[in-house]
Amino acid sequence: MKEMPAAVYKGPFAREQAERLLWRAGFGPRRGEAEALAKLGLDGAVRKLTRPRAERFVGAAPHDDKGRALAPTDAGGHDHIWWLDRMVRTSRPLVERLTLVWHDWFATSLAGVGSQKLMLNQNKLLRSRSLGSFETMLRDISRDPAMLLWLSGTENTKWSPNENYARELMELFTLGAGSGYSERDVREQARALTGFDSDWRRGVGPHNFRFEPKRHDSGTKRIFGRTGTFNWEDAVRLCLRHPAHPRFFVQKLWGYFVPTALDGSTRRSLESLYRRDLQIRPVVEAILRHPALYTGPRMVKPPVVYTAGLLRGMGRGIDTTSWAWISGMAGQRLFMPPNVAGWDDERWLDTATFRGRWTTANQAARAFSVTDKQAGSISGDPQKLVAAAIAFWGSPTIRPHTRDALLEFARRAMQDANQSWKRKSYPVLVTNALRQLVAVSPDLQTS
Amino acid sequence: MARCCNDFSRTDALRRAVAEAGRGLPAIEPGMPIPAGTGLTRRSFVARSAGLALAVYGGGALLPRALEEGIAAAEAAGPQRVLVSVFLDGGADSLSMLYPSGDPLYRKLRPKLALPESSGLAFAEDDRLRWHPSLAALAQLHGEGKTSVLPGVGYTGADQSHFTSRHYWEVGATSERITTGWLGRYLDRVGSPDNPLQGLSLESRLQPALATARMPVSSIDGPDRYDFWTRGVWGEVERRMLDAVGSLGRLPTGGDPALAQATGTARQAARLREQLLPFVPKNDKSPGFTSPVPYPDTGDDDFPRRLAGLAAMLAGGLPIRAVALNAPGMYDTHDDQPGELAAGLKLTAESLLAFQRDLEARGLADRVLVHIWSEFGRRAKENGSNGTDHGAAGTGFLIGSRVRGKMIGEFPGLATLDKDGNLRATSDFRGLYSALLEDWLGTDAEAIIPGAKRFARPAILR
Repeated sequence: MKEMPAAVYKGPFAREQAERLLWRAGFGPRRGEAEALAKLGLDGAVRKLTRPRAERFVGAAPHDDKGRALAPTDAGGHDHIWWLDRMVRTSRPLVERLTLVWHDWFATSLAGVGSQKLMLNQNKLLRSRSLGSFETMLRDISRDPAMLLWLSGTENTKWSPNENYARELMELFTLGAGSGYSERDVREQARALTGFDSDWRRGVGPHNFRFEPKRHDSGTKRIFGRTGTFNWEDAVRLCLRHPAHPRFFVQKLWGYFVPTALDGSTRRSLESLYRRDLQIRPVVEAILRHPALYTGPRMVKPPVVYTAGLLRGMGRGIDTTSWAWISGMAGQRLFMPPNVAGWDDERWLDTATFRGRWTTANQAARAFSVTDKQAGSISGDPQKLVAAAIAFWGSPTIRPHTRDALLEFARRAMQDANQSWKRKSYPVLVTNALRQLVAVSPDLQTS
Repeated sequence: MARCCNDFSRTDALRRAVAEAGRGLPAIEPGMPIPAGTGLTRRSFVARSAGLALAVYGGGALLPRALEEGIAAAEAAGPQRVLVSVFLDGGADSLSMLYPSGDPLYRKLRPKLALPESSGLAFAEDDRLRWHPSLAALAQLHGEGKTSVLPGVGYTGADQSHFTSRHYWEVGATSERITTGWLGRYLDRVGSPDNPLQGLSLESRLQPALATARMPVSSIDGPDRYDFWTRGVWGEVERRMLDAVGSLGRLPTGGDPALAQATGTARQAARLREQLLPFVPKNDKSPGFTSPVPYPDTGDDDFPRRLAGLAAMLAGGLPIRAVALNAPGMYDTHDDQPGELAAGLKLTAESLLAFQRDLEARGLADRVLVHIWSEFGRRAKENGSNGTDHGAAGTGFLIGSRVRGKMIGEFPGLATLDKDGNLRATSDFRGLYSALLEDWLGTDAEAIIPGAKRFARPAILR
């Protein structure tokens, strides 16, 4: 069946649109980046993201609070900031953003795996497959050591099947709950997926992950109404060939980039693009060119996207490990999703995570906070104070209402300066306060 | 002290001084601002419902207006009853929490995992069952008549997906479409538009059972940790900045849902900060609150501390109605079940026992009821990885001085498993919710639980 191609955005592609694209498909613009991207036009901008050149890292190498190199496979929290650094410095933001998407899709947690090394190996896998074939990705993730530990894959044997991976493979990775599979299919898939094994040694932990034929149940199974002596590769293929899969795939992927529901005709176009050979890139390109991304409502930025974006905008690199726990406060510690369904994108913001975002903004700005020593160089004019605070973060777009509220704060605070020491100090305090308010404003929490 | 003094040293000096209340303050240059939340006089008031002194630092002008209003409103309405929902995340194993010790079928289905005959205390209401050794604290409360057990709670046709089944429990219906929590709908019905504390998620994230359509709710790690420190901002500028957060929360959103979420959160955070100001420690050494009884001392788990904070907030008269939090531990025990399960259950039960004693010491025990639940139980037959797979009916508990202390529904037994080899439900979670709403919270269940008429209400109170 021939489907119409998905709609393409035809409106102006200026700084504002490029800024939104960089937030949705990356981690926000560096200084001047939105302007440069806008000059390429929509097609050029999307291609620059989806077909990037070899990766470069911009800016200084990351280090911990004492200036030492990171130890991401060993030191607690360094895994988080190692990845955050890539988000901040990469020349391929979409690849990094999609790696985050796949981390959420195949949500695996260090809490169950217990090895940062295995988590980082999985991260490398997700990155290398991020724009390629979903079939290759799913095959690789199904025998990825971190996943085998996380969802009991190496515990699943012909003598005692364990349903953990079988259930999530269908429910969360390929088909969706209630989409054309039964409890019997879960049990039979679990049998097909038997056979993975690993060794364990003190000081090394789990290693030598492999398929061990004698642990595999080679008997006949009945899955989705078909009968055969299915193994793990068949289990993966059966899910990908299931009629419910393309719809599940395009809907879930769309949801990471656009907050509005996928309409029927766009869905069919995306499904048809995907069905050809299960490639990720063409579907992502169609989503990034779709009018809904540019004309539709805003999205709340995930906490690590918000954090990486603040650092990109202000031109600061990774120089502290505090980002790991602060990001946890904001609701997103990398490599530790809350469960196998990943993070809940509908509920990033509440009073606790708001305080986490406040702490994020304070941590980003505090190294640059101004003091009375700089008082002589700071104007007390509220307009100028507001403009300088917005420029501090790389001049993000701020709505007029928000700018008015910031101006109102600055005006009132400066009116309080009725003594000579206050007239000297308050522009300093107001500068620090305005930077904080800009960063926590609804404009910067969303894109 | 020089005018250009470092703002931290001034803040520290003030905060230290407050901690040593009564000993006077260091000399401060006239006109120097006072860090927000720090006062010069120590004022106490007695929260009447609790009969316990709550120290509030601050002169009359600094006493948070919102706190006074909140307490005034709560007092005007009379002390509210509180429901605390504790979630065992992952599907806790019924056949371990109360295990059919003498049943040969149990030994057959659980050759490796069956608990030894002698290790657990006998369950007085059903001589087939024994308490998991790690639930001794619950057994103690049961002996005092302060715990009701639901040995087979769930619903027919149990969904074995964590996310689907948990969602059903959270929304109070077997429906994928409902997006508000059952406690959220209760708050939408009885709550107030300016009190985020009425629905309190004691977590770093909002508990979905509390998700409302209209009324504000809040989530916090603990009442003593809700401050908004900013480097290089203090005094009246800091107070103006914190007021401006509330202003950002009132910005127009043009109907954009994400902007509405961002502004709403800013507004609620600003309000909540005012409400919790008395609990924020004034320095590193003074605690935000103290507890009259000891809680389990744990390394990295916050559960006991959160319950202790909740008791302190209730004693302080804060207008809290529904609370939700996760129990410590991981209950999705596909592998290596015994150690993981025992550790989680032990800390959960001992913390809840301490919480009950705390409430009793503070005279609040008649106002609080705790409900413990999990999204399902586990498969009767063990899986061979020294664990169990997802099941159907689970075990729940109600704790409190007012609970009836009698079993709700009976132990379903191992002879009549369903077609998937799972325990059958002998009580329905929607019937339980309806009883909690009607008998405990005093509201019409039919307005909150879809099809509430169809479900029998268990007797839950004495």
